[in-house]
Amino acid sequence: MKMHDVVIIGAGPAGLSAAIQCRTYDLSVVVIDEFPKAGGRLLGQLHEEPNGEWWNGIKESNLLIEEAENLKTDIRLGVSVHHVERLENHYVVHTNTEHVAAKTVLIATGAAESAAPIPGWTLPGVMSIGAAQVMTNVHRVSVGEKGIVVGVNVLSAAIARELQLAGVDLHSMALPATNVVSEDQSNPRAVMERLVRIAHLAPSKFIQFGSKFATFEFVRNIALNFYPKDGIKMWDMPIHLRKAIKEINGTDRVESVTMVDVTPDGDIIRNTERTIEVDFVCIAGGLYPLGELAAVVGCPFEYNEALGGHVPIHNEAMETPIDGVYVAGNITGIESAKVAREQGKVAGLSIVKALTDNAEVAEKVDAAITNVQQTRDEATIQFHPEINEGRATISASFEQLIK
Amino acid sequence: MTKRIIDHPVLGTIENERTVTFTFDGKTYEGYERDTIASALLANDVRTIRRHEATGNPRSIYCNIGHCFECRCTVNDVSNIRACLTLIEENMVVKSGDVQPDPLNPNNEGPLPRTYEEYAERKAGDTDENA
Repeated sequence: MKMHDVVIIGAGPAGLSAAIQCRTYDLSVVVIDEFPKAGGRLLGQLHEEPNGEWWNGIKESNLLIEEAENLKTDIRLGVSVHHVERLENHYVVHTNTEHVAAKTVLIATGAAESAAPIPGWTLPGVMSIGAAQVMTNVHRVSVGEKGIVVGVNVLSAAIARELQLAGVDLHSMALPATNVVSEDQSNPRAVMERLVRIAHLAPSKFIQFGSKFATFEFVRNIALNFYPKDGIKMWDMPIHLRKAIKEINGTDRVESVTMVDVTPDGDIIRNTERTIEVDFVCIAGGLYPLGELAAVVGCPFEYNEALGGHVPIHNEAMETPIDGVYVAGNITGIESAKVAREQGKVAGLSIVKALTDNAEVAEKVDAAITNVQQTRDEATIQFHPEINEGRATISASFEQLIK
Repeated sequence: MTKRIIDHPVLGTIENERTVTFTFDGKTYEGYERDTIASALLANDVRTIRRHEATGNPRSIYCNIGHCFECRCTVNDVSNIRACLTLIEENMVVKSGDVQPDPLNPNNEGPLPRTYEEYAERKAGDTDENA
């Protein structure tokens, strides 16, 4: 078995930019991804920046892919990794087609979507909001004639806009009705709290949405108590915080949803059921870091709400406490693709530093770390208001562990 | 009626796509090169990719990026392939999943099928009787 310098798991913005750094210093690199096209979740992204320019995920992905290919990077697509084995002084990455050995491993597996199950959610035509995003922007297939978005958060608002752009008709966005697993996604107060706190960072239409409620709690309470019956419109699409979807109906596919009114605390108001005809439903429960592979190789984890869930403990240089295992991108916390890209650069340079003992690279690692923070500060879409505190907690845990 | 998003105000127009022919449960469909099984089927307005192994309920894609395994199907005789991650190929044979035998279920009446073949045989027999 050939011994590579590094196997990078995940060909998204983090994995690709790490590969570019490693290849620049002529390390032997294998990038593995189970999707048939490189780019990861970045592929589906499409939104207007505050300066009026479009952030086109396909274009951004192609730039990274081109650069990686110019450096003759070995990218293996459609290959699934199911295990990372730690041996005495190297790692073996187990895939569905082969075993790949390397001195180091970078786990850049990104994020997956949390479910917000409601009765009827297994019917064909119900899908996660990210599924609709990939279908629409990457595969260019319309997910239906008319749909509804269940779950109101930054991600679902952004993707709802993308569906609209592609000419897909959306009835509205509403909350999932409260049930044993819905947690605070069904609580209008919690949802509004989150929207208002991130509104000032988000694209222009969102700012208008957020600024309607100012920053004072009593204003938000009034706003929730007198929330307009027709919702508050964003790009002409109603966003409902006082209406929830209780059930998805249909025999062999989605035919309608049952919508109910809810109190400001999310309790269902009786006798308010009405049926809305739709042929698809997008469920948006937010993102969580996809960390299984870091877990099987033995990385310690910590739950961190600001970062979106359980994340492998790591430092700013993207090292984990396991010698030779690195992480980058959304596995370290839910943030924008731009941050993931910069983190990938840090991870790539850290690997070069570890394997080549090049003094010039050490400086570059520090500069790249500064860039990550700068990119974070300038991010237009922020998934959690306390991201900096979350990052600091994880770095502190790393220091504590290696002491 | 096509389910394709041909024109897009930002992403542009799709043009001159090469088509690929494949079959799903014996019926022939056309998709674009670089389509996944899931996207090609949806473009043909086929939503149900399998039936639940126990209940027979229809299932389709949920996550579309390989995590949920809801779109598993049989491709060229290999089972449990995720339709959302697999590109279509010329003459590919795709089959949906169906209800599986459940011999340990105490609600099953009569002598139980001992093998899948026996189960399939009996099921085919049932259909004949009904017809």
